[in-house]
Amino acid sequence: MTVVERRELALVDLLDRLLAGGVVITGDITLRIADVDLVRIDLNALISSVNEQVPSPWGELM
Amino acid sequence: MTGLRYVYAVCGPFDADLRAGLMGVAGAPPELLAHRGLVAVVSTVPEEDFAEEPLRRRMEDLDWLTATARAHQSVIDALTAVTTPLPLRLATVFRDDSGVRAMTEERGDDFRRALDRLDGRVEWGVKVYLEKAGEADGEKDSSSASPASSALTGREYLRQRRRRVRTNEDRWRHAEIFASELHRTLSDHAENCRLHAPQNSALSGATGQNVLNAAYLVPRGDSEQFIELVDRTKSDADAASSGLRVELTGPWAVYSFTDEFTDEFTEKFTEEDV
Repeated sequence: MTVVERRELALVDLLDRLLAGGVVITGDITLRIADVDLVRIDLNALISSVNEQVPSPWGELM
Repeated sequence: MTGLRYVYAVCGPFDADLRAGLMGVAGAPPELLAHRGLVAVVSTVPEEDFAEEPLRRRMEDLDWLTATARAHQSVIDALTAVTTPLPLRLATVFRDDSGVRAMTEERGDDFRRALDRLDGRVEWGVKVYLEKAGEADGEKDSSSASPASSALTGREYLRQRRRRVRTNEDRWRHAEIFASELHRTLSDHAENCRLHAPQNSALSGATGQNVLNAAYLVPRGDSEQFIELVDRTKSDADAASSGLRVELTGPWAVYSFTDEFTDEFTEKFTEEDV
């Protein structure tokens, strides 16, 4: 595994917690991104588009 | 250009200094904002990136998101070394310090309750993957070699296909049993646990399918014992020969256990439990 791949792997673990976990504050003084699912979906599409050898979530895993 | 206040975490009062030279999001050093027995850890971020509209766009910029997430986490890690921070979700931003104070005041009881409950605890992440070697071969067969070019008769082809399906079902069943037993063992050695939705392999770049994605709440002092417990299952020859792989991450701040603040969200994630 290359260094780049290892970094990406850790990034998903990181985003899993930073975007889906932690304290969620609501209130109109907060300018926070509330729609976590939307972010996750966008991220998914983004990574698929930059990584074209991954055509579908379950294809060509080796 | 005006600045907004980015909040990393809320902590109880603590004496220790943060690591010298620590840089947070957007290259600004984190500051401590004490208010009524709670400490918000904040830094200044530029409005052109962190106001609601630009932030929404920025979150889709992977390079920016990566840099922001890593900077956020480096502050949380530094805090975890000296106290028990309640980590806030990435990109929680206020107009100014008085907004941050109002928030800590408004949710003060929740923060204090969570801090009492979580003080001295860390979170460990454990994932189990099932390697998909057999199935990957199968996919290659069906796509590259069409039935017509294959030497197999139709009946042989179907027989092989059925056998492959059955083998996969067996592997899956075994993986599920392994994962649920591991989860039970680790839960017995943790104060609390959470099952998260399995990670998408395309996103993680990990080989194999993620069959368990769990978080365990462990007193800091018991962490070594917990790591050893996970290590023992990693070297389990039976698991390795069945194409199972166990991964441990941590220690994390208590991201998965701030229940006082995540009720509206946990439902969504527990629905997809293993």
